[in-house]
Amino acid sequence: MQRSALVCILLLFLLLFGIGRARADSDRQDYQQIANGRYLATLGDCTGCHTEPGGKPYAGGLALATPFGKILAPNITPDRETGIGAWSDDDFVNALLNGTGHGGERLYPAMPYPYYTKMSRNEALAIRAYLNTVEPVQHEVHSNQLPFPFNIRTGLLAWDWLFFTPGRFEPTAGQSAEWNRGAYLVQGPGHCGACHTKKNFLGGDETSRALQGGVLQGWFAPNLTGDPRVGLGGWSVDDIVTYLKTGHNRITAATGPMSEVVVDSTSHVLDADLRAIAVYLKSLPEREEAPKSVADSHPSMRAGNAIFADQCAACHAPTGEGIANMFPALKGSSAIQSADPTNLIRIVLQGARSVATDAAPTAPAMPAFDWKLSDAEIAAVVTYIRNNWGNAADPVSESDVRRQRSALAEEEP
Amino acid sequence: MTRKLPPVDAVIVGLGWTGSILAEALTRAGLNVIAIERGPWRDTSTDFPTTYAQDELRYRIRHELFLRPAQETMTFRNKTSETALPIRHWGSFMPPNGVGGGGVHWNAETWRFLPSDFRLKTHLTERYGNSILPPDMTIQDWGITFDELEPYYDRFEYLCGTSGKAGNLKGAKQANGNPWEGPRSRDYPNPPQRQPYGPTLFAEAAKEMGYSPFPQPSGNLSQAYTNPLGVTLGPCTYCGFCEWFGCGNYSKASPQTTILPVLLRRTNFEARTLCEVLRIDVDGSGKRARGVTYADSSGEMFEQPAELVLLCAFQLFNVHLLLLSGIGKPYDPNTGEGVIGKNYSYQVTSSVDAYFDQKNFNPFVASGSIGMCIDEFNGDNFDHSKLGFVGGGYMGAVQTNGRPLETVRVPKGTPQWGAAWKQAAAKYYLSSYQAVTHGSCYSYRDAYCDLDPTYTDSFGRKLMRITFDFHQNELKMSEYLTDRLAEIVQKMGPHHIDKKPRTGPYTITDYQTTHTCGGAIMGTDPTTSALNHYLQSWDISNLFVMGATAFPQNAGYNPTGTVGALAFWSADAIVNRYLKDPGPLVRS
Repeated sequence: MQRSALVCILLLFLLLFGIGRARADSDRQDYQQIANGRYLATLGDCTGCHTEPGGKPYAGGLALATPFGKILAPNITPDRETGIGAWSDDDFVNALLNGTGHGGERLYPAMPYPYYTKMSRNEALAIRAYLNTVEPVQHEVHSNQLPFPFNIRTGLLAWDWLFFTPGRFEPTAGQSAEWNRGAYLVQGPGHCGACHTKKNFLGGDETSRALQGGVLQGWFAPNLTGDPRVGLGGWSVDDIVTYLKTGHNRITAATGPMSEVVVDSTSHVLDADLRAIAVYLKSLPEREEAPKSVADSHPSMRAGNAIFADQCAACHAPTGEGIANMFPALKGSSAIQSADPTNLIRIVLQGARSVATDAAPTAPAMPAFDWKLSDAEIAAVVTYIRNNWGNAADPVSESDVRRQRSALAEEEP
Repeated sequence: MTRKLPPVDAVIVGLGWTGSILAEALTRAGLNVIAIERGPWRDTSTDFPTTYAQDELRYRIRHELFLRPAQETMTFRNKTSETALPIRHWGSFMPPNGVGGGGVHWNAETWRFLPSDFRLKTHLTERYGNSILPPDMTIQDWGITFDELEPYYDRFEYLCGTSGKAGNLKGAKQANGNPWEGPRSRDYPNPPQRQPYGPTLFAEAAKEMGYSPFPQPSGNLSQAYTNPLGVTLGPCTYCGFCEWFGCGNYSKASPQTTILPVLLRRTNFEARTLCEVLRIDVDGSGKRARGVTYADSSGEMFEQPAELVLLCAFQLFNVHLLLLSGIGKPYDPNTGEGVIGKNYSYQVTSSVDAYFDQKNFNPFVASGSIGMCIDEFNGDNFDHSKLGFVGGGYMGAVQTNGRPLETVRVPKGTPQWGAAWKQAAAKYYLSSYQAVTHGSCYSYRDAYCDLDPTYTDSFGRKLMRITFDFHQNELKMSEYLTDRLAEIVQKMGPHHIDKKPRTGPYTITDYQTTHTCGGAIMGTDPTTSALNHYLQSWDISNLFVMGATAFPQNAGYNPTGTVGALAFWSADAIVNRYLKDPGPLVRS
């Protein structure tokens, strides 16, 4: 009798504070919460990092190349041994919003908790509720592949102290509900700045240059501010919505890492949310002063003109206006005039396939020119398209192209 | 050893135009579909990018996009009295290979046949009596009317984004279109392409002579277009590398530019490339196909069971597979009985070359099917009672290319090499012009396909044997058409013309067209046709055979428009009728 009472007390104790507790605050049958969590996981593009190409959803393993070394995205399926099944809800909320993992270890900011922190606890719990429903996958991932000293996580305390401001999103008074929704989506779950904001030497956001473009994985994530020349000033709200929804619009097409974002995330986002994002982005002030256009008499411009007529004009049109939803426009294009010509050189060298979505399945591609044009020729034609038809941007040099050609050759296939 | 694979709903043999159209329709209906393609995967930016697509030596001369005859070929003879020999280098026609099939390398001339073409025998005998037909001519009605097929022509044109101008909208004649065409339910999806100087001059001359010139319907797009599947094509750039080449600009209608992007997103579709179907497997009853047996590139053999077998290979290979699989009764020219291999036909083309002073035609400003044509001498649009032949064709100035290796014209009598040739070639590159006729080819008792008694392929299968020659009827037609064409060309003001009517015998070595037709024709009677009018085998109800294979004879037009329309027509019958009640769709 006494013994069974003891067992009862022990069970009660376990139920209150032990294994039962992990399940206590997320209801496994709350469809609304799960659906909400699925949408938030889409907005946050969790799958973009946590699913390997060809791998099981959320089972991790994808290598994220950072300037400090390689980090493998962990398994976030509910597998208890290799995933996050054994985590409590508080562990999960802490990881998502505060960058603190199971057992209190600091997460590397490759996990965009500096953005996710804008979400509420309830939203984090909804994501947890959704992740609880995906197939548990036994898949051991050793995330930390960084070299010394970056593999020592205690250093992250200092990083967080310098660059991480925890806290929920606060609406800005005087702005519309739509604008505030957009601000929340961009700054929070959408974590646009993770790519589109330049990083300092420690990998923290240069907040004074938020969303003015950043370089990662050999691509330049373009300027998303309202700047008319290099940002989204020339795009209408509809242009932005169409681009995020379909990967294509009358001006350009998504390729490179943005293709994955479109496929996994933005093409599934509600139109109203895409509009909110567009409204917010277009409100961001322009910052970049336009450089002087390179003169037509410049040797690069003359050579570039001839190369363009031979190699590019058939698709992009002699007027540089391209074909809507098919071949990107060069005239007036922010992608073409961006201060950082990484993408232009890369695409001319390697070619690029635009993204395919249900709404725009064509996925036209540009062929590679690396075997056909020399560094000097590519420099000339890129300089030309950056400075013709009223465009203005710094010239591209032969050595810029040479550097990128060798960088691409070293890239893992 | 043959490995047996899990069964699927439908297996498609050949992933060209018809295979893609059927795969799209059937996967949309929810079927699991596997397409088996002998050649490689092909896509625009990886296989014919603009950076090297315009390589005349690689594609035109060295046949990059075509089947290698060493892999599979056929034997040929003109007459039953001759011994057929294997074709070891393609000449008269170009069997396609790889995903997209002929849709990759075609010129994209996208015609509809005339209403009378579909009831040819009835029409001609009604108008002229039986005696007008040569005794050995074996033409038949198709068992389908133009009006039945019209909605499916429309589907194909809107899939392709065909550029053209209607000449007959629901019975009302339209200015500047083809007044001879059958009534269409709506105009082409895109306006005609812009015409270069040569076609413009030709149209002026034709108009002056009382003809009604119209722009050739073209699968090269006059403007950007998004088709009903949501796939977008760009505008044609008039680069002049169309037939023999893949289009790097996404502006020539092909499976790649109109269907495949959508098909690839369907999880119930799979393509197996570099896999050669060896035979259609028939069950013990002889009335049902079990599936197909194929070999992959490592030589491994597979049996792919399927509820439906769709034969969508190129015309010649459809006939070959039927013969090899023992499906249907092989045609016997001695008795005229049997249906597989029967009514093999072709196309009768000719040209008029004209040489001008002080004219510059800029021949390199070209697209596969740009041009101005007249249809006064097609089909039975003109009175044949005193001409001594039946049939006809369209004629016109079609500016397909000014490629330097292929299109160098010199007047007859010019030396074939040396300084005089060079001088003439240089003189006339810009200032000569070729106008063409594109004539019908009717079918005959002694024009057919069967299995060769001697030669086999690498799998030990008998090669198919083609027995074919032009008949007097076609040669007279070609002479008549070429004369009429020469009259128009003469009006364009050349100082010299060379008439080049088609002459016999048919030669297998000179390129003419890839419009081989027949061999498993459609009709209303199982003793005289292999397929019912839904392209379903009379013998095996879960087997459908696509393509020009089904043409009882060929009309005076390029066949692809009709091939596409028939595929849509058949796909509709499969989805809406066959799947609900599998079995023969027409009782014999």
